[in-house]
Amino acid sequence: MSSTVLLTIAMLSVLGLLAAVILYFVAQKFKVVEDPRIDLVNEALPGANCGGCGYTGCRAFAEALVKSTSFEGLNCPVGGADTMGKVALILDRQAVAIEPEVAVVRCNGTPDNAARTSYYDGAMSCRIAHSLYGGTTGCHYGCLGCGDCVLACKFDAMYMDPVTELPVILDDKCVACGACVKACPRSIIELRKRNRKDRKIYVSCVNKDKGGPARKACKVACIGCGKCVKVCPYDAITMENNLAFIDSYKCKLCRKCVPECPTLAILEIGFPVKEQKPAEPAKAETN
Amino acid sequence: MFKTFPKGGIHPPENKLTADKPTVILPVPKQVTVPVSQHIGAPATPVVEKGAAVLAGQVIAEAKGFVSTNIHSPVSGKVSKIDTVVDTTGYKQTAVIIDVEGDEWVTTVDRSTALEKEITLTREEIIERCRQCGLVGMGGATFPTHIKLTVPAGKSCDQVIINGVECEPFLTSDHRLMLERGAEVLTGATIIMKALGVERAVVGIEANKPDAISHLTELAREFRGITVQPLKVKYPQGGEKQLIKACTGREVPSGGLPIDVGVVVQNVGTAFAVYEAVQKNKPLVERVVTVAGKSVTNPGNFLVRIGTPVTALIEAAGGMPDDTGKVVNGGPMMGKALAITEVPVTKGTSGILLFPAVAARRAEVLPCIRCGKCSSACAMGLEPWLISVLSEKGMWDQAEKEKITDCMECGACTYTCPAKRPLLDYIRLGKSTVIRMAREKITK
Amino acid sequence: MNNILNVSPSPHISTPETTRRLMYGVVIALIPALAASVYYFGMGAIIVTLTSVVSCVAVEYLVQKFILKTRPSVKDGSAVVTGLLLAFNVPSNLPIWIIIIGAIISIGVAKMTFGGLGSNPFNPALVGRVFLLISFPVQMTSWPVPSGFRTGYLDAVTGATPLGILSEGVKAGETVASLMEKVPTHMQLFYGYMGGSMGEIAAAALILGGIYMLWKKIISWHIPVSILVSVALFTGILWLADPTKYADPGFHLLTGGIMLGAIFMATDYVTSPMTHKGMIIYGIGIGVITVLIRTWGAYPEGVSFAILIMNAFVPLLNMYIKPKRFGKEVKHG
Repeated sequence: MSSTVLLTIAMLSVLGLLAAVILYFVAQKFKVVEDPRIDLVNEALPGANCGGCGYTGCRAFAEALVKSTSFEGLNCPVGGADTMGKVALILDRQAVAIEPEVAVVRCNGTPDNAARTSYYDGAMSCRIAHSLYGGTTGCHYGCLGCGDCVLACKFDAMYMDPVTELPVILDDKCVACGACVKACPRSIIELRKRNRKDRKIYVSCVNKDKGGPARKACKVACIGCGKCVKVCPYDAITMENNLAFIDSYKCKLCRKCVPECPTLAILEIGFPVKEQKPAEPAKAETN
Repeated sequence: MFKTFPKGGIHPPENKLTADKPTVILPVPKQVTVPVSQHIGAPATPVVEKGAAVLAGQVIAEAKGFVSTNIHSPVSGKVSKIDTVVDTTGYKQTAVIIDVEGDEWVTTVDRSTALEKEITLTREEIIERCRQCGLVGMGGATFPTHIKLTVPAGKSCDQVIINGVECEPFLTSDHRLMLERGAEVLTGATIIMKALGVERAVVGIEANKPDAISHLTELAREFRGITVQPLKVKYPQGGEKQLIKACTGREVPSGGLPIDVGVVVQNVGTAFAVYEAVQKNKPLVERVVTVAGKSVTNPGNFLVRIGTPVTALIEAAGGMPDDTGKVVNGGPMMGKALAITEVPVTKGTSGILLFPAVAARRAEVLPCIRCGKCSSACAMGLEPWLISVLSEKGMWDQAEKEKITDCMECGACTYTCPAKRPLLDYIRLGKSTVIRMAREKITK
Repeated sequence: MNNILNVSPSPHISTPETTRRLMYGVVIALIPALAASVYYFGMGAIIVTLTSVVSCVAVEYLVQKFILKTRPSVKDGSAVVTGLLLAFNVPSNLPIWIIIIGAIISIGVAKMTFGGLGSNPFNPALVGRVFLLISFPVQMTSWPVPSGFRTGYLDAVTGATPLGILSEGVKAGETVASLMEKVPTHMQLFYGYMGGSMGEIAAAALILGGIYMLWKKIISWHIPVSILVSVALFTGILWLADPTKYADPGFHLLTGGIMLGAIFMATDYVTSPMTHKGMIIYGIGIGVITVLIRTWGAYPEGVSFAILIMNAFVPLLNMYIKPKRFGKEVKHG
């Protein structure tokens, strides 16, 4: 009896020893030498693997950061300056100042503004609808409303508004990873500089048609009249292909362009309500 | 014994409502809209100015590059404007809009209907004439004909197949053409044979058109090298690769073209257009369009000028029924739904189908029950359930490995799906993405 | 002319066939077998079937409504089919509470946990049956003796199945020839005069349902035929080798759940391969494993286990057995 016990113990010990030796040599043979800083940087990153930096995931981005010589062009939009500062500390390098950004939907083609001319009945995917035809309204540039951007958002920062049939971005949740920008087949969503109190002034239209057809398709389309360009004191507004564009890095939020727009295509968001001058509502009525 | 392709295929209800309706010549409308891009390839460049007087048959837009064709004025009149309009593709395109005045043709066109059987032009002249006259494949793909008639270096061609299958339900324009202009179609086939330097041509016709089969078989006795091959009624019998397999037993390799097995396929409509271009010097400015639908009062086959608004065609067929919920340009399996009917007829418009709203709506999408009916229906031996999921999930590499690019978008899988899944929607998306990615790889 | 048109990618027509129609087609195909079991087992068969169907539908509805919070999809009829098949796979004297447990396992565990219709790797009805077989071996193997409407429900007279008699007998050393005298004749077996699960007994009725499904193109011939042929071949070889130890193929085909399994259980769309080649391999697998279990296994019957085992191979078969692509072979001339 006791000999059986002893034999068992001996056998198992020998087996264990053998396995240990083999494992040791295997580990030596297949040892991967890795910069320990990659792990550190990886831990400092948000770990969302959203791909907003342009790399496949946080780890790939960490490797790229460690290998790089400067932070030029490398940025984690999710973590922002905080994260990049931490990474800079780990790698003992200078952080490049980065402006925080936010995604903005540049279309206001609600059913009220842009009359529906057809009904899309295919698979609920903007890319499929986009490759099929111009869209459910007369505007062939605007939002298709199938929600590819919402599906692409990994931060729950977007939802489809059932009334406007447009996507809505929650500023406090948006990390400007750019996934929605890539998902939109019509390039409606843009990453813009994040201003104080999430204030925004932007042209909420991407219609490149001439004034007449654009206006016919949608009440709040940019008709390319150029009034905003003239009034802008900071040269922030450019006009290309009948479409005004406000550069968010040049714009100083003076709001001079907003009342100029005859179609109300320029939106101001997050500003305190202006004191209503008595003359203004009357003017709007005569229009 | 009717021949057919070996695997897959479906049998949708044929609904050939207009098979016995003789072709009616539609009067020239007051205004035509002629898009400059009615073919696969680069859009043509307009060569007329606003206000210019044009004659029917005159070139109004010139081909730009090799894969492109000329566009001719289908009417005589004055160019009202050159603008962007929505065409049958659903997108805005440049188009020449012409106000019609009278019906004056350029003098070089022989407008008589007498049959001209003697072929005087040489091979090169035939191909050049097809290019000049703006011929494209009339089956719907609208690939420029002169390119198809030019055998690429290193390839050889020994057989022409004339596609008279018309396997799409509802459509009868090719059927009527074969019955009414059979001799012209066969002469066109002979011209195509001469252009390609081959001795043999087969006209493939589905068995549901016995009158066309007997008529053309009769006529073919007088044409050397042309035989008529009756084919089993099965969709997609008219698919190029399926038709070649059925008629010759040859299998076009994956990713290859018919010329890789020594065959060129031309639609009967194209054969007729080739006849008119070569024998009558008439450019492609009109075509036969089937207008049909279950609740259309006066469905029929109409010979219309290119650029005629679809609304005029629908009027001619008795107006749009009140219950209409969908208008399709082409057949119900591969045609394109129109968002608006104020669009012009183009070279590729083979039919205008009006579906009632109830039938037009897609049914609720249910989960895939893995019945495998889509795989059984696929004539290309693909697995639609798999490649559609792969492209829905964005797994492009895998989709490419599963041969997504072999899909010819016939729609048999979506038709047959009991769960009503939009299989082809996603497959088409995946196919175009995979092709684009492959191109990007090459350019990199 | 002011219709707002519908726009969708092609094709614009679709087959009238729907998931629902297919499911109800299966239900129709099961009616002859149900009629047969009512004929042989009386009230018990009706009670068991009703309980099973109602509880399967209810479980699906409740799980979708309250646990998954999705729109209930009981309308598609798949729960009805599962309920019927579960009932067919249990004895007709099974107490109601056991059937309800079976329904909860079938629908709640085997189907809904994987995401509902289309996502379950294993046949739900069989998972339920096997669960019950292992958990309640006594109730699940006391087979009522068929005696028409007099059979009764819980108080039915029970006896062994022909397969049970054979299995026990061979183990006890009896010859097959002497055992064959204790079981009904082949003709009786064909019409279903034997003890067994309520739906599996009447081969004639099941074949009738199978023909209906083939005619309606609900199933293809590949799975049932490959199962039946491989069972016949395998048992035939054994029988020829030693007829004193092994029963003849006819006996094997007509007894137990082979017919029910081959025609209705193995052909379940969700848990069977997609390609015809895959289906044949799957069918052969089921046939061979069934015979292995019947001849050398601990249980007298193995169809359920065989199908479940082959269910596990389905993803693999789908991955490696591809349909022949068009245009692989390049021929010229």
